[in-house]
Amino acid sequence: MTPRRGRFGRVADLALGARLVFAGGRSGVSRTLMTVVGVGLGVALLLTSTSISTMMDGRSERAAARDDQFYGVDEPPPGDRTVLVAVADTVYRDEAIRGRLLQPEGARPPLPPGLTRLPGPGDMVVSPALARLLDSPDGALLRPRLDHRIVGTIADPGLAGPGEYAYYLGTDQLRAGGGTMRIDHFGAESTGEGLDPILMLLVLIIFVVLLLPIAVFIAAAVRFGGEARDRRLAALRLVGADAAMTRRIAAGEALVGAVLGLLAGAAFFLLGRQLVERFTLEGVSVFAGDVRPDPVLAALIVLAVPAVAVVVAQLALRRIVVEPLGVVRRSAGRRRRLWWRLTLPIVGAALLAPLLGGIDQTGAAFNQTQVILGVVLLLVGVAALLPWLVDAVVRRLRGGSVSWQLAIRRLQLDTESSARMVSGVAVAVAGGIALQMLFAGVQHAYVRPTGQDVDRAQAMVVIRAGLPGAAPDALAERFRTLPGVDGAVAVLDTAVFPVGSAPDEHGERPGSPLRIADCAALRELATLDRCADGDAFQVVGEPAPGRPARSLPAPGRSVEIGFGAPGTTTRWTVPAGLRTVPGRNDPAGDESTGLLATPGALAPATLRGLGGRVFLDLDLSRRDTIELVRNAAAGITPTAEVHRLRPTEEVTRFAQIRRALFIGVLATLLLLGASLLVGILEQLRERRRTLAVLVAFGTRRATLSASVLWQTAVPVLLGLALAIVLGTVLGGTLLAMVNQAVRPDWPSIAIMSGIAGAVVLLVTGLSLPALWRLLRPGGLRTE
Amino acid sequence: MSIGQTFLGLLEASPRHGYELKRVYDERFGQGRPLHYGQVYSTLARLLKSGLVEVDGVEPGAGPERKRYAITAAGVTDVARWLAQPEKPDTYLQNTLYAKVVLGLLTGRDAADILDVQRAEHLRLMRALTRRKADGDLADQLICDFALFHLEADLRWLELTAARLDQLAATLRVPAPHPDRSTP
Amino acid sequence: MTSPTPADDRPLLSAVDLHKAYGSTPALDGATLHLRAGEIVAVMGASGSGKSTLLHCLAGIVPPDAGQVHYRDRELSAMSDAERSALRRTEFGFVFQFGQLVPELSCLENVALPLRLGGTRRRVAEQRAAEWLGRLEVTEVAGHRPGEVSGGQGQRVAVARALVTAPRVLFADEPTGALDSLNGEQVMRLLTEAARHTGAAVVLVTHEPRVAAYADREIVVRDGRTRETVLAER
Ligand SMILES: Nc1ncnc2c1ncn2[C@@H]1O[C@H](COP(=O)(O)OP(=O)(O)O)[C@@H](O)[C@H]1O
Ligand SMILES: [Mg+2]
Repeated sequence: MTPRRGRFGRVADLALGARLVFAGGRSGVSRTLMTVVGVGLGVALLLTSTSISTMMDGRSERAAARDDQFYGVDEPPPGDRTVLVAVADTVYRDEAIRGRLLQPEGARPPLPPGLTRLPGPGDMVVSPALARLLDSPDGALLRPRLDHRIVGTIADPGLAGPGEYAYYLGTDQLRAGGGTMRIDHFGAESTGEGLDPILMLLVLIIFVVLLLPIAVFIAAAVRFGGEARDRRLAALRLVGADAAMTRRIAAGEALVGAVLGLLAGAAFFLLGRQLVERFTLEGVSVFAGDVRPDPVLAALIVLAVPAVAVVVAQLALRRIVVEPLGVVRRSAGRRRRLWWRLTLPIVGAALLAPLLGGIDQTGAAFNQTQVILGVVLLLVGVAALLPWLVDAVVRRLRGGSVSWQLAIRRLQLDTESSARMVSGVAVAVAGGIALQMLFAGVQHAYVRPTGQDVDRAQAMVVIRAGLPGAAPDALAERFRTLPGVDGAVAVLDTAVFPVGSAPDEHGERPGSPLRIADCAALRELATLDRCADGDAFQVVGEPAPGRPARSLPAPGRSVEIGFGAPGTTTRWTVPAGLRTVPGRNDPAGDESTGLLATPGALAPATLRGLGGRVFLDLDLSRRDTIELVRNAAAGITPTAEVHRLRPTEEVTRFAQIRRALFIGVLATLLLLGASLLVGILEQLRERRRTLAVLVAFGTRRATLSASVLWQTAVPVLLGLALAIVLGTVLGGTLLAMVNQAVRPDWPSIAIMSGIAGAVVLLVTGLSLPALWRLLRPGGLRTE
Repeated sequence: MSIGQTFLGLLEASPRHGYELKRVYDERFGQGRPLHYGQVYSTLARLLKSGLVEVDGVEPGAGPERKRYAITAAGVTDVARWLAQPEKPDTYLQNTLYAKVVLGLLTGRDAADILDVQRAEHLRLMRALTRRKADGDLADQLICDFALFHLEADLRWLELTAARLDQLAATLRVPAPHPDRSTP
Repeated sequence: MTSPTPADDRPLLSAVDLHKAYGSTPALDGATLHLRAGEIVAVMGASGSGKSTLLHCLAGIVPPDAGQVHYRDRELSAMSDAERSALRRTEFGFVFQFGQLVPELSCLENVALPLRLGGTRRRVAEQRAAEWLGRLEVTEVAGHRPGEVSGGQGQRVAVARALVTAPRVLFADEPTGALDSLNGEQVMRLLTEAARHTGAAVVLVTHEPRVAAYADREIVVRDGRTRETVLAER
């Protein structure tokens, strides 16, 4: 080799390293391929996670652009450019369907995004997904509900995601008021609901917890096939490369793997992005175009991955001496120092300490950098402490069976690689445990009791307005006859106003609620000792705090029924026999104060514009019942709402985060499992001769399999122990930060460790066939 | 190095004139020291007398050089015995061994057999030396080792020759030993 | 020094007309070998002639395609894998050219390993292993790992490991192949002495005549065929 110095020589060394990657023949290429795929997977995951914010932004921008529910804003006067909008959302088989009734009031109404013109009365424009659903056999029960002529589809700009179910139905039946809005434009400033500080904390930590193991994985992936590379470097030393040159050559090799990995990652990401439109998770689907990595973070990834690769390659070289005649491992005998390893988690905890008790749901934003840094340091502490721990424990182990001895001796000889293999798992588990603790702790804050009584009714139909007549039982009857409906009681809702009373400054007249129902239904609203048709009651109820006690119209008073303008309403005299009764929460948990009247107490036929509620007792084992109920309700009016009654309610954002976490941790662990598998296989291949000799000596397969298991299980168990300790510390710290009682969450510790253990067992199990193949006598051949 | 047996071997391959025998012998085994005609004809005469060769034909003209010699059945047996019999392991054996290998090939015998027999003989001696070495003192050991290394060199050469039999057969322009003949 | 005369004339281990091919390459093409108890047989032949394959077949590591191997009265191919493993554990010992010691175990543990595989308690096994290291004059490397000892020492440790279970047959495949003459001689001397001491028969694969000279007789393998040369010695 001619002496080459200067910058050109250095570049040439790098290039030589790069060329060597492809010079290793089939096995060299397959090792590089493993690195490329490994790094690629990691990069693709990183790119995906940096796309989440743009994805969210895309969704909320689309949602804001079609917003038509403006509260707290004065309605425009009716005109050429106004349109009446009523919400007609529905649910089909747990999938939400966004529905709107549109009724233009002039020639130039505003258009919601995605529509080229408003549908005429009775016509419907649907999203592509809804069109497909309605066409498919699966949509059979939905068709009666949306039994309108489809005149077009909603284009992408009008949809939150490609899988969204949505429709706009044209109508001429709307009247302003009672839930119907008059608007002169669609779209609002994207308010972006904004995560409250606790949710923000959760999201941040999920990111750290998921991305950190991926970083560990990438670091491991760039070392796939490292032993073979080390041997090759030794051969280069033999022909005259000096130590510095070997370092540069190694860097060159690492760079190639990393750069190819980046490209593969980009390819995986783009491929995955194309597939993303096919999936709908929790009713959320995403447009491929919305999945765009944050440019700053993406640039960071592009720079960081090759840098990590080079650094890891150099660190690996630090531990070995590449001599011309082979590779000497320096690690044996070198004691690992504890202090700097301990420093990491301690500094991490110290960073989090000032925030203890400082974060609550309503509070101001917190210092995110500080939190991220603290969490990262605590978790990295797991990876840093693990080699020391494995070393310290394994050093003291001895004795035991042959398989145990083989495994332990192997670990004593080379702690590094086994610790490296499981550190990712340990980090993921520690983070998972911390998160689960945090979730378990804050969960109750997000699960509210609803006060709904599911023993009495499991669903409620609400019709805001527009019911004619005063025959509540006829309303109930429409549902009672449906298959799967065991009982139905209906209440008609309206209000009474003193005759001639004037609207106040908000345009509202002071009045009192009037509920019309037969005796059976009234018993759901009040405790009645006796009741017959023709009776009327009043429920006074507790006044709201700080408000004057409500005054109900006295018996004998003449009142007007209905929300209509004075004069168009029905006159009614409050019956003299009005009895005051104690109120009772209805099945939906609401108190119904006001006047309660049986139909016989009113002159029924003349009432108009009533609201209605129907409480339904359902046979929940029949899946179709609720759809039939929804169809029946839509048959009354498309704006009818059907609510399932449930004893508790969970904030849905929370549920999604939690699900994402589970999927993420599992995916991470599987990814780490893959790298673990590669590591084990590589180690096995390297030991094929030793294994073959052991077989020649009559060693049982079971003994060797057990030794492979021990060799993985010991570091994994130690890693899990460490993960449980530091994960609990982190979880406790996080809980204290959000003012929650700190206690270890054993079930989630068990589950997380269980998943990790299962992944390791799976990996070991998968490596056994390879082991057995190696145990065939071919390995004895000396070349 | 037995000229008689060498002649017999050459004659087994094909009948030859006396001058022809001399030429072939000088070419292959002479190593720069050609035979005298006297040596040639006295040897042939001895062989004739013991009935190992016979005169195959006389060409017109006079003189011993006009006679063509052929091997007799007794001669073939004698060659076979000679080839099959290992040489006493000694230094500078290669001449004889080489002649044997060549003649084995020329006469269509399996030269590998010749090598195997010789190897067995060498190893017998080596085993004896090895044993003596184990029992003897350091001087004994050194002397034995000297002999052992020389014997080993011979055997190495034999191995190499055996491995190159095909090549050798090609240069002698005779067919390589047929595999079927190699299985005893 | 006399070669042992077995009381029983039946061979301890015999292989008749073995055939074995790897793909289209024939490795054995009619190999026959009889090994009597206590005798040392050298298997000679050029590299690639099938010596190792023959040894592997004899030891039940590789099943022959055709032909039979009998150990005492049992046919190896009729035995289950577990039985063959047990046989190798208890009746056979092995020494290879190099790279046979388990790198992470100390030399002492390496020698104790076959005993432990047979179920001997660790303490007892290591005590016996230490004795054997002494017999092969490598007591000083007991605590070292194989990577830290010389080739000759490693090979002697391997011999100790092969003989520690007092096997009936020792299979040695080029045991001195990676050693210089002096170390090779030393290993062969110790190996044959120890084998004769324990009465183990030895199948000694080698291409070196000096090494083969340690045997009682030799067998030559050429192109997968053996020609057992019968010698009139003895
Ligand atoms: N496991 C194997 N796979 C393929 N071919 C093999 C294998 N083992 C041996 N061979 C082939 O069989 C022949 C004999 O090999 P071997 O028994 O190792 O010879 P020797 O030990 O005499 O050098 C060779 O051609 C070799 O390439
Ligand atoms: Mg071999």
